[in-house]
Amino acid sequence: MTLLAPTLAHLTSEGPSAAVAAVPQCYIDNDWICGYYWKDYRTDLVDATTQHLWITVVSVLVGLIAAMPLALLARRFARLESVVVGATTIIYTIPSLALFSLFLPWTGLTSTTVIIGLALYSLTILVRNVLAGLRSVPDEVRESAQGLGYGPARLLFKVELPLALPVIMAGLRVATVSTVALATIGSIVSYGGLGNLLLRAVGNQFKAQIFAASVLCVALAVLLDLLLVIIQRLLTPWTRVGQEA
Amino acid sequence: MFLDALSYLTDTSRWSGSNGIGAFFVQQMLLTVTSLLVAVLIGLPVALYLGHRGRGGFLAVNVSNVGRAVPVFAVLLVLSIGPVGAKEFGPYGRAGLATLIALVLFALPPIITNAYVGVREVDRDIVEASRGMGMNGREIFSEIEWPLALPVIMTGVRLALVQVWATATIAALVAGPGLGRIITRGFANHRTSEVVAGAILVAVGALVLEGIAVLAERALDPMRRARRQPS
Repeated sequence: MTLLAPTLAHLTSEGPSAAVAAVPQCYIDNDWICGYYWKDYRTDLVDATTQHLWITVVSVLVGLIAAMPLALLARRFARLESVVVGATTIIYTIPSLALFSLFLPWTGLTSTTVIIGLALYSLTILVRNVLAGLRSVPDEVRESAQGLGYGPARLLFKVELPLALPVIMAGLRVATVSTVALATIGSIVSYGGLGNLLLRAVGNQFKAQIFAASVLCVALAVLLDLLLVIIQRLLTPWTRVGQEA
Repeated sequence: MFLDALSYLTDTSRWSGSNGIGAFFVQQMLLTVTSLLVAVLIGLPVALYLGHRGRGGFLAVNVSNVGRAVPVFAVLLVLSIGPVGAKEFGPYGRAGLATLIALVLFALPPIITNAYVGVREVDRDIVEASRGMGMNGREIFSEIEWPLALPVIMTGVRLALVQVWATATIAALVAGPGLGRIITRGFANHRTSEVVAGAILVAVGALVLEGIAVLAERALDPMRRARRQPS
């Protein structure tokens, strides 16, 4: 059905005999790589990529915001730590298709269903990395800061979090990249970004669409990963001092 | 809603027949066991050899990063529409071969990375000492590296198991085999209780598998017995 739509656009003014030839051969052959697809379906591709991007960003941010207090609580109370780490392991074990479906009765066919699920997955990665990052801060540094009169809040924001940043950012990269891939499963509730294009192609076997959506999905993961690497370099200039000297 | 799902699950007529819960469950278990075995048989020897020789580290570590970035759904779709096709494949059901290949592909990264890292992270002093004692390469591997690396290797296999179960669920999105079909069927029929029932089955199955894997990991760790013995 969608397969035939773009062909009309190519019935150009070359006369009736040329009309058949004007249908791009790659649509007729159902090729994997079809330059016309990228042009004819540009709005579809842009819309799907945009949805994919905002679902990913919102999910990871919600996960990060939830992970911070959880990690701080787990560090403060030793008994809570095994509970938090255990609970996050359980969440991470549940397959995405099942996790999204479990929220269905409450949140229905909305983007919230997907975002809650994806945020929970990134939360599990981020809690561990925030904890590990805070642990990696040397005790001498912490004690020096306390000796200089740093209170708990100032110690956390001025000393511990900056020093934990490389480990936290490593977790953020893993969470972001896997969220981009997992977001495609959101297509089960029609909020899967590029996954929606994939699910539509299950029915009509439109290979050019499958190829384009898959490529864009991997490209999005790589780009976001690169962006996070750049952000990390900007946020932690001191880690490069040794290399430049 | 959960009560509706539970009554769906306890209805024995839902379990029988070729499209019943029982058939999908057996299918998913078969897929999981087969592909995990294949992935272990392919991945472990390669990763252990590379780890033992200390080569190919970049590849062994980065294969996991690549695996994370590639969507399972896309790979399943490309395989089932592309060269492998979506035909019935023995007891594995429709699109069985495509699903099996995808499952093996996504089980390999954790197995390879953990086996490689596990062997590489064995204390080099111990390896040097055993070489000084006159052990040859094979003895060092089987007597030193393998037993010391086993916990990390087993963690990789456990991660792969969970990954395989999750991937087998997603096969339903391409009308493939497995328990995910109950979820997609529920969506198609607008029966939320069926969707939730399928989700509960898949989630509980994953947790049970993870639990069994953790117990097996403990039982198989040779150093655990050694640690327990009173000195």
